Amino acid sequence: MKNKLNSILPPVVLVLIYFLIQLLLSKKILNPYHIQILMFACVNIMLTVSLNIVNGFTGQFCIGHAGFMSLGAYGSAIITTMLFGGMKMDPNLRIPVFLLSLLVGGILAAIVGFLIGLPTLKIKGDYLAIVTLAFGEIVRSTLRLIEPIGAARGMIGIPKITNLAWMFFFVMITLYITRNFVYSRYGRASIAIRDNEIAADAMGINTTRYKVIAFVFAAFIAGVAGGLYAHLMTFIQPDSFSFVKSNELLVYLYAGGSGSITGSVLGALVLTIIPEALRFLGNLTNWRIVIYAVILVLIMLYKPSGLFGGKEISFLRINRDSFRKPFNKFNDPKLADKQNS
Amino acid sequence: MTTFLQFLVYGVQLGSVYALLALGYSMVYGIVRMINMAHGDFLMIGALSAIFIAMGFSGFMVDGRYPFYIVLAIILSAMILTGLLGVLVEKIAYKPLRDRPRMSSLITAVGVSMFLQNFPRALPFIGPQPRPFPQLFPLIQFRLGGVVVTSTQIILIVVSIILMISLDAIVQKTKFGAQIRAVSFDKDASLLMGIDTNRVISYTFLIGAVLAAASGIFYASIYPQVDVYMGSWLGTKSFIAAVIGGIGSIRGAILGGFILGITEILATSINSNLGYGIGFVILIVILLIKPAGILGKTEIDKV
Repeated sequence: MKNKLNSILPPVVLVLIYFLIQLLLSKKILNPYHIQILMFACVNIMLTVSLNIVNGFTGQFCIGHAGFMSLGAYGSAIITTMLFGGMKMDPNLRIPVFLLSLLVGGILAAIVGFLIGLPTLKIKGDYLAIVTLAFGEIVRSTLRLIEPIGAARGMIGIPKITNLAWMFFFVMITLYITRNFVYSRYGRASIAIRDNEIAADAMGINTTRYKVIAFVFAAFIAGVAGGLYAHLMTFIQPDSFSFVKSNELLVYLYAGGSGSITGSVLGALVLTIIPEALRFLGNLTNWRIVIYAVILVLIMLYKPSGLFGGKEISFLRINRDSFRKPFNKFNDPKLADKQNS
Repeated sequence: MTTFLQFLVYGVQLGSVYALLALGYSMVYGIVRMINMAHGDFLMIGALSAIFIAMGFSGFMVDGRYPFYIVLAIILSAMILTGLLGVLVEKIAYKPLRDRPRMSSLITAVGVSMFLQNFPRALPFIGPQPRPFPQLFPLIQFRLGGVVVTSTQIILIVVSIILMISLDAIVQKTKFGAQIRAVSFDKDASLLMGIDTNRVISYTFLIGAVLAAASGIFYASIYPQVDVYMGSWLGTKSFIAAVIGGIGSIRGAILGGFILGITEILATSINSNLGYGIGFVILIVILLIKPAGILGKTEIDKV
């Protein structure tokens, strides 16, 4: 009974939040600028949750996640803008083409995610992290070379289709499938690999297969998020997807707490809003990134497992004893250290 | 052929900057197993502090240029200043996290990097705009069979090679070097052997930051513009160089730096974006052939 309530409640809450925002918007308490920030936060939530699948649940280090995002953004922007005429598109076609383009962007990213996942057979740990960093930068410098999609200048004139309702819808879907993935057989195998790869291998888990699956799954979500971002910004350029963006996502993930979907959501939400909220500093606005950096370092110094390390709100947790135990063990900072060292 | 040799000179010059910076990445990684994302910013701090120290010494200028001993003083004080900053950063931000999961220190390093870039940017007398770097080294051109070599290039390459050889000698020959190698081999065991690991780690950060400051001054002498973001992409490339050579290995970092510098200049002569991407392609190819880099040792997982 409680489980059922847990799975119905969150969409209801999200719909209520949506209407509350619409109400605040009509009363002029919120303005379109706030909504814009909120939508960016939603894109970052999707990206951080997908990064969490690779880094938090499978224990691999991907530090080039923006590469997948850029593939999705370019893939979907090419579909809507170059194949279907962008702004001049038939209004009836807008939504189907938009969804198709997101799917294509996701699949494009997933195919590349598969290719990146394959070397995990041979390359491990920090070196894998470096390969993913290199991958992200190779994607960026390749995009800068291709003239038809604007090379370094980027693509303009992408129709603005993403709105708050779509954003909420996709965040909801992402959270659902991620939760189901984590608590499925695949997720259990991934967590086993994270906790001890050799032991998981000895138990008969095909570690390479599950690592590749995690990469493909994460890349797909990141690709869809990239597509949403492209249709929100209406303008994309290769340099927006550099290692700076990947670092940002890592910051959201680890400040929020890796291995926790709740942590990723709150990390991305709070840390996207803080730099904007600090704009009240007025002509001291240059200091806001400094303050942000100090806050980040303080979080890591005083709460190294992140704000929500290992904890989940009830919707994202399936109450079964077999899950509670390994999670509680992982919450213990002393034990977690041993596993990571 | 002449053009190739000319590019080779530029490549060696850029390679020595990369190699000096890569040494810091490699030593820090070797000793605390941590990717110091803020290392590139030490380069920027080194170049910036050299500008301000040079301003302070401007009274000593003779005929519009600095005499030899003043240049030496400027470089040394910028290096020491940056070195002390490196030790400070380690004490404040990295030391408390040493026994924590490695990803937390990586994220802290990202935070420190943001701070080091944006603090000078927010200071009104520095700001975001690029500023010119004073000409510290004499600029006399030599022609060697069609190839033009400037005296600045010769000084940079020779001084970098001297720094690298002396670092290698310190690590391989002295007692302190033996301590560094012991700590990077096994931190806990070397603590039991009576090595003050905290001191060794601090000195490693000091050496890394000092070399980063030197590479910053050298880079700014070749391309005389300094802005607060220069450290981030130079740092990424040098990090790649360290990994190509085998991270944790000093000779590997030097080798990787020169490989990257030379290939990058050669590829840039074809297309500027190719020049940026080529380093990463080399990296992936080398890691697929030798998963620990050219001179790196593969670590075996113990159960």
